[in-house]
Amino acid sequence: MADHPTLEVRNLQTHFFTRAGVVKAVDDVSFTVGRGKVLGLVGESGSGKSVTGFSIMGLVDPPGRIAGGQILFKGQDLAKLDDEAMRKLRGNRIAMIFQDPMMTLNPVLRVDTQMIETVLAHEKVSEEEARRRARDALGMVGIPSPEERLKAYPHQFSGGMRQRVAIAIALLHRPDLIVADEPTTALDVTIQGQILAEVQKLTATTGTSLIWITHDLSVVAGLADDIAVMYAGKIVEYGDVGEVLDAPLHPYTHGLIGSVPSRNRRGEPLRQIPGMTPSLLSLKPGCAFRARCPRAQEDCGAMPDLKPWLPGRLARCHHPHLDTREEAA
Amino acid sequence: MSVYLLRRLIQAVGVVAAMSIIVFIGVFAIGDPVEILISPDADQIERERAIRALGLDLPLWQQYLVFLGKALQGDLGRSFVFNEPALQLILQRMPATLELAIAATVAAILIGLPLGLYAGLRPNSLGAKTIMAGSILGFSLPTFWVGLMLIMVFAVQLGWLPSTGRGETVEVLGLRWSFLTLDGLAHLVMPAINLALFKISLVIRLTRAGVRETMLMDYVKFARAKGLTPFRVTFVHVFKNILIPVVTVTGLEFGSTIAFSVVTESIFAWPGMGKLIIDSINVLDRPVIVAYLMIIVLMFITINLVVDLTYSVLDPRVRLEGK
Amino acid sequence: MSVALRAAPGTPAKDRVETPFRRFVSEFAESKLALLGLAVFVAIALLAVLAPWIAPQNPYDLAVLDIMDGRLEPGSRNGDDTMTYWLGTDDQGRDMLSGIMYGLRISLVVGAGSAVIACIVGASLGLLAAYAGGRTDSAIMRLVDLQLSFPAILVALMILAFLGKSITNVVIAIVVVEWAYYARTVRGTALVERRREYIEAAECLALPTHRILFRHLLPNCLPPLIVIATMQVARAIALEATLSFLGLGVPITEPSLGLLISNGYEYMLSGKYWISFYPGIALLVTIVSINLVGDHLRDVLNPRLKK
Repeated sequence: MADHPTLEVRNLQTHFFTRAGVVKAVDDVSFTVGRGKVLGLVGESGSGKSVTGFSIMGLVDPPGRIAGGQILFKGQDLAKLDDEAMRKLRGNRIAMIFQDPMMTLNPVLRVDTQMIETVLAHEKVSEEEARRRARDALGMVGIPSPEERLKAYPHQFSGGMRQRVAIAIALLHRPDLIVADEPTTALDVTIQGQILAEVQKLTATTGTSLIWITHDLSVVAGLADDIAVMYAGKIVEYGDVGEVLDAPLHPYTHGLIGSVPSRNRRGEPLRQIPGMTPSLLSLKPGCAFRARCPRAQEDCGAMPDLKPWLPGRLARCHHPHLDTREEAA
Repeated sequence: MSVYLLRRLIQAVGVVAAMSIIVFIGVFAIGDPVEILISPDADQIERERAIRALGLDLPLWQQYLVFLGKALQGDLGRSFVFNEPALQLILQRMPATLELAIAATVAAILIGLPLGLYAGLRPNSLGAKTIMAGSILGFSLPTFWVGLMLIMVFAVQLGWLPSTGRGETVEVLGLRWSFLTLDGLAHLVMPAINLALFKISLVIRLTRAGVRETMLMDYVKFARAKGLTPFRVTFVHVFKNILIPVVTVTGLEFGSTIAFSVVTESIFAWPGMGKLIIDSINVLDRPVIVAYLMIIVLMFITINLVVDLTYSVLDPRVRLEGK
Repeated sequence: MSVALRAAPGTPAKDRVETPFRRFVSEFAESKLALLGLAVFVAIALLAVLAPWIAPQNPYDLAVLDIMDGRLEPGSRNGDDTMTYWLGTDDQGRDMLSGIMYGLRISLVVGAGSAVIACIVGASLGLLAAYAGGRTDSAIMRLVDLQLSFPAILVALMILAFLGKSITNVVIAIVVVEWAYYARTVRGTALVERRREYIEAAECLALPTHRILFRHLLPNCLPPLIVIATMQVARAIALEATLSFLGLGVPITEPSLGLLISNGYEYMLSGKYWISFYPGIALLVTIVSINLVGDHLRDVLNPRLKK
């Protein structure tokens, strides 16, 4: 097992077969997450980043399904597992944290019920033991007086506390991989910082790998090892987080970074990316970013490959920012 | 919580007062009170005496107070036909009606919940479509027509079930019940199903809508992400959430079930208070009519109150609002 | 743009722009089931309207009834061998087919009539509540809530108990039961509509209130009103039949469907099913056909379901 990375996604395709046509929400996506590593999966809403996360969890609902590719979890292809085998992995070896903490806990069940059932779903232990583990997990994510809080209902917690509960649930079985789908987006900035610090500490101590899905580059900057930027269902740039943010290759990444306010560029107008994200139903052939791209040329009518332009740096572009690297800094 | 309870109680008393005024005006102002309250067979002297005794020579608001005062003491007049206190007559018939209504409610939940759950979980299956089409029929068919068809098929053609009456009863706690004997149960089946028909359709629709809505919720997806079995996701996470509206509505509908038992009791000659009220309207036994209306209004308001309180117990979000 | 160009004068008439009414018709025609419902309902209405001319017998004319022909099976010939009772006869020797056609007349008139009155009363009060707001609104809506918290049959029983039984009182009872649905629907829609600019414009022009209400606000509340009205006609017919079945409705000499069914009920146990069965089928087909139309109307006219 040691020679397999925690997760290796190869040419993943997740399509939604709607009446209006086939939506290729995830189209030929590949990436690798090593043990204890953090991958930032960045993109605008509708770029396919959440669907990628759900594909890994095996939680894509009809009319969507995984249409091709492999999801190798420690060498085992999740896309080929049957429902029961996948269920045994979910919440156990692979856990997920959702975006909106107000919505992820069942409002009519007490917190202890929702935690204990997670323990019992994967391990035959006594209810006392399950409760003890639930209490420890709550303590681990920094919830004061966990014993008491176990008996509460979700609506008695604040948003930040609820997200901590959700994280505690994800951590119950010390998973090898956590998929976090914008877990701090719905929270206040101060709470966001606390949660980030908490997660960072936990992954460092437990060796858990993490896929952090977000549209917020500043979160990824401090947290991730690698970054994959998605646009219209495809990865457009992939590489080490520091290098990518310092000198993005793809014009889209370039635009994303430019549209984040920064102290270094005070006084300069914020750059924005013109136009809107394209509808996945009516994608024209060629580079999907072409219509919004300042560097687009004739040859962008053909879809570029995701290829290495620099060592360890991949970009899906015919005209990457190779010469103007100082521009983004 | 207690503030909430108090507010609801005051509301309920208000509605009872309003309804008593409506019934009072209906009987005393729209109809001729002499004709309504005094037996048509009475002679002139008797009428005069009765008018004075009943205070019908007083102004209307005083009459209302007298009516209210007597009603509060449980005196709602005497039946012309049976020459018994109207209230007593109604109360004697009430257990039969309650038994029928409870049986119908239980049937509605036992039949409606599983069908609705199936239709919600497999919305595109043939079975679900059949169930939904059936529920449309359940809504639009007049109850009495279905009752007749039930009798025609199961009592007349097949001869499986008795067509009318309550069958053998057993006395428990001073009241007579049908459902405890085999014969009584056979008599109860058709009326209960007939009365339940509308409610079954309602429960199916509510359950299906609830399931489909809840299945899309993040917390259901999160429950699946925790690796729970589909069984637990469906029967704990989804089910507990849809139970709240279903129980509320079935409870609220209990009052209307009692009201609609008027029709079912007439078809199946079920000796409850619904049959009594129809007979009373037909022979203009108005004290009984007034008593029935007041009792049923009171029941309605009590049911609404109880359902509201149950709701607050079932849904933790409502319960703690008052804190 | 292309639509505007095509609508320019001089283009052939068949290329006309799509009017809202035409779109409504074509959308309605999409459902075969609803079309079937409409066709069946039109056929039933024709049967009812033309009953005096096409019915084999006048069931209200006691002179033509022969008590000797009572309770004959469907398909029997009459005593003089001049006609066939296709659906049998009731205990009075009345031809069931004719009885059903005449009964349909009464059921439809009572059902549609009371639904129209309830619609006028309810829609006016609903409009008033939405437009006036404040106390008027809350008073009307309190009444609506109170009304809707009691089941239809109970309210109808109450009215008939107060007023006595007669066909007029049945209509009154149905109106009292149904007005609240119209009021609630119209108020809901009107509350949304009255915030639109065209009402503001009408108010700026200082148009009289009744003109704003009925010429500007009401037409825009029509789609949901039509849906409710269709459903309520079916409900009114069912309620009238139920009340008549209970013996609280129309007089025995001119029976509606409900009373025909009730009359046959006692003979059903002895196997003479047709006296109740065929009027029941007529009632059922009427109600289901109206509901099929109403159900689809709701889908077509509901703007929320539109893409």
